[in-house]
Amino acid sequence: MPWKAISPIEVYKILPRTNCKECGEENCMAFAVKLVNMETKIEKCTPIIKEDKYKKALEKLTELLSPQVREIEIRSPKKTIKIGGEYVMHRHELTYINPAPIAIDIDDNMSKDEIVKRIDFVEHFEYEYIGRKLNLDLLAIRSVSNDPNKFKEVVKFVSENTSLPLILCTFNPKVMEAGLSVLPDSRPLLYAATKDNWREMGELALKNDLPIVVYSPGDIDTLMTLANTLSKAGISDIALDPGTFVGPNGLRYTLSTFTMLRWKACNEDDKLAGYPLIGTPITAWKMIEGEKDQKMWWETLMAVMLLTRYSNLLIMHSLEGWSYLPVVMWRFNLYTDPRRPVAVDPGVRTIGDPKEDSPVMVTGNYALTYSLVGMDIQSGKVDCYLVITDTEGIAVECAVPGRKFLPEGIAEVLKTSKLDEKVKHRYLIIPGKAARLSGDIEDVTGWKVIVGPQDSKDIPKFVSEKWDPKKLSEIYGN
Amino acid sequence: MEKDKEKIKNKLMNDLANLLGNKLLEVLEKHGEFEIVLEDAVIEVDELRILIQPSLLRRMVEVPAVEEAVGMAVTELIETKFAEPEMKWDGKIVEVNMGATPSEGGTRDRSFTIGGETMPPIYRLLGVEEAMPHRPVIAMDVFDMRIPLPKSIKLHFDEVMDDPAEWAKRCVNKYHAEMINLHLISTDPYIKDTPANEAIKVVEDVMQAVKVPITVGGSGNPEKDQELFIKISDIVDGEKVLLNSLNLDMKLEDIAEYIRNKDCIVIAFTPMDLDKARELNRKLFDYLPRERIIMDTNTAGIGYGLDYGFSVMERARLAALMGDKELQQPIAAGVTNAWAAREAWLKMDVFWGPREIRGPLWETSTALINLLAGADYFMMMHPFSIETLNKIIDYLMRFSPPDPGAIMDWVGSELG
Repeated sequence: MPWKAISPIEVYKILPRTNCKECGEENCMAFAVKLVNMETKIEKCTPIIKEDKYKKALEKLTELLSPQVREIEIRSPKKTIKIGGEYVMHRHELTYINPAPIAIDIDDNMSKDEIVKRIDFVEHFEYEYIGRKLNLDLLAIRSVSNDPNKFKEVVKFVSENTSLPLILCTFNPKVMEAGLSVLPDSRPLLYAATKDNWREMGELALKNDLPIVVYSPGDIDTLMTLANTLSKAGISDIALDPGTFVGPNGLRYTLSTFTMLRWKACNEDDKLAGYPLIGTPITAWKMIEGEKDQKMWWETLMAVMLLTRYSNLLIMHSLEGWSYLPVVMWRFNLYTDPRRPVAVDPGVRTIGDPKEDSPVMVTGNYALTYSLVGMDIQSGKVDCYLVITDTEGIAVECAVPGRKFLPEGIAEVLKTSKLDEKVKHRYLIIPGKAARLSGDIEDVTGWKVIVGPQDSKDIPKFVSEKWDPKKLSEIYGN
Repeated sequence: MEKDKEKIKNKLMNDLANLLGNKLLEVLEKHGEFEIVLEDAVIEVDELRILIQPSLLRRMVEVPAVEEAVGMAVTELIETKFAEPEMKWDGKIVEVNMGATPSEGGTRDRSFTIGGETMPPIYRLLGVEEAMPHRPVIAMDVFDMRIPLPKSIKLHFDEVMDDPAEWAKRCVNKYHAEMINLHLISTDPYIKDTPANEAIKVVEDVMQAVKVPITVGGSGNPEKDQELFIKISDIVDGEKVLLNSLNLDMKLEDIAEYIRNKDCIVIAFTPMDLDKARELNRKLFDYLPRERIIMDTNTAGIGYGLDYGFSVMERARLAALMGDKELQQPIAAGVTNAWAAREAWLKMDVFWGPREIRGPLWETSTALINLLAGADYFMMMHPFSIETLNKIIDYLMRFSPPDPGAIMDWVGSELG
């Protein structure tokens, strides 16, 4: 059955109902509400975790709240990454939970310099977007040499030079074992068990309690066979790679397979399909002919499609910032909780040190809009008042046709903030994209409207060229 | 002495019993075998009685044997088949024809049908017919005046940007556009306020210059667009031209009533709001047959609201297929909005690469996300984005079995 919201009452009945407040909530009911909204974890309820008499209750609750897709941890001594743990097929049904981490590969034939370069790339990759930092997540070490000693050395070298969690990639169990021998305090992801090596690989996973990927490109029955076999053998943390095919032969197979697996996990309660899915856009480097740029182009598009269609982890190869920029931004968007708009509070923000003749500018309350406009004004060293009107978290260009950029909203902010006492003039600079609302805004607010630039990056130039309250009052009168 | 000996013996027996009873398994599993060395102690075997559970004995015998083979309780693959999910979709998306050839009463050299889906895209392993019965169509944007465009687009159209007919020709002849999406933005009272009578001449010019089906858009000003669309519907009757777009701010009782007996198709635009999308469709159904309505639920570029656009579109399509008759219209996606993202056009630090690649990458990625959500009709700008999207639509429209050998050993390959 598709995911259905659990009633807080149902959860409340299982909780201790002592209102002990150890979880930080006022009472058990408040905690139950947060639990069903995925805003807190059972672990916060210390009594149910620690006291023996609640053992049954804990089991019941864990079962009730368990996700449709198993959650798996990959760890280095310093960092833990969770994959899977999803409850729904479509984000609008609830929200997605664990943003799919992105791994970049290193192979054991690479020189130390090159390895360091790749580690640095992942560690230093950072893009600031609406006040958040977008990063890459882990490293996938591949054995190209197929030599256990060589692999071991490289795994050791990498683990000494980064604190990022690792994926170990080889189909040779001896190589895998050698790599594992130098990671005593980590929980790397093993890639991968196939129909040829599953006994030995499975044993390594079982013995060391490690998560393992089963891999069967283009053959979904074998993929299910492997997952079933390993799970019956007692391995609980399994992930599925049905094969990432790029290009004419297999792209559809890949997207369909990911979709069908997730459908079965979320709608048919199929436990075997309910493991995290592993996407490997890196295969573009094998499947796409031509220049490097071509391969990277397809690798990125593949990553975007796989993110959209249920991949819980991506392994990639490119070392260009542009390859990852749309991927990390789309990932952020996709995993944003759709229940809350990414919005800032309406009101007036003071930027720099505005005086009574400083400009007053208007923008919407979409977090991205606010952050970009704010950054542009600051970097242009413009002192001003920024009026943030409530556009329900929608960007200006959509809010204008959508009737969410309302003159009444602007008037409200002007009134409550008493801006008319702080500035002497009565001019509002509105976004160029809201030009056609000029008349309405003037009518409702009683302030004169000056249409600003289409893009906020031009605000500093606009202000230095056009802002002169004295001259303006000559033109418009006051 | 005798007492001490007895004590030690008792203790030893206890320890050994304990060891064998509780720890033996653990020790065995860890070491395979073990040895106890007792110094200065003589144990008379007949005094030492240890009870060993039969199951334990079996484990003691089996453990080494199993370890030799696998170490796992399962020794053979458990054959498991993947069964395609049982799905039930009750709804069907309406089919809409765009453009008319001479045999269909128009002058276009081709026409298209979109819609007809009975399940979401890519929801089948085999057989594409239900999931994508008609190929999605991509229209290229042309504007009736020179407008500021990102450099990487401008370089393809710079010389023709003052002449919409030439611009349209370039799209069709050089970039193989399937349709033209003409925007009469100069009619905006705040831009040039071009009168409707003058603007429709541009429509005629473009219809002369190219023979593909066309879409005509206004400026977004509800009153002006209404006037404009009425005039356009007069001059293009018989051509199945798309009007872009009708929305809730218009007097639908006037405009929809006027075009009732024409043949133009309308794009019904709502700003990322399903209730409004339903409301607009409901209102239009009073005037127009469903076969003449496409809906635009509004989309945005990655990082600039695509999360909203994507989810609204996906919800619309899923609801439609589950039987919501108010949302069963094909979906139009204004993917050109992707260019509002600064990452698509701004010169950034060298680390982020040239904007000439970021731009089309942004537009293509945005298009793909819309495609996966169910879009049928795309409005786009960059030739390379359009070419790539067309390729991917090709790949998705036919089933070509994967070749496992092509990627099987990506793990062990030198990738350059």
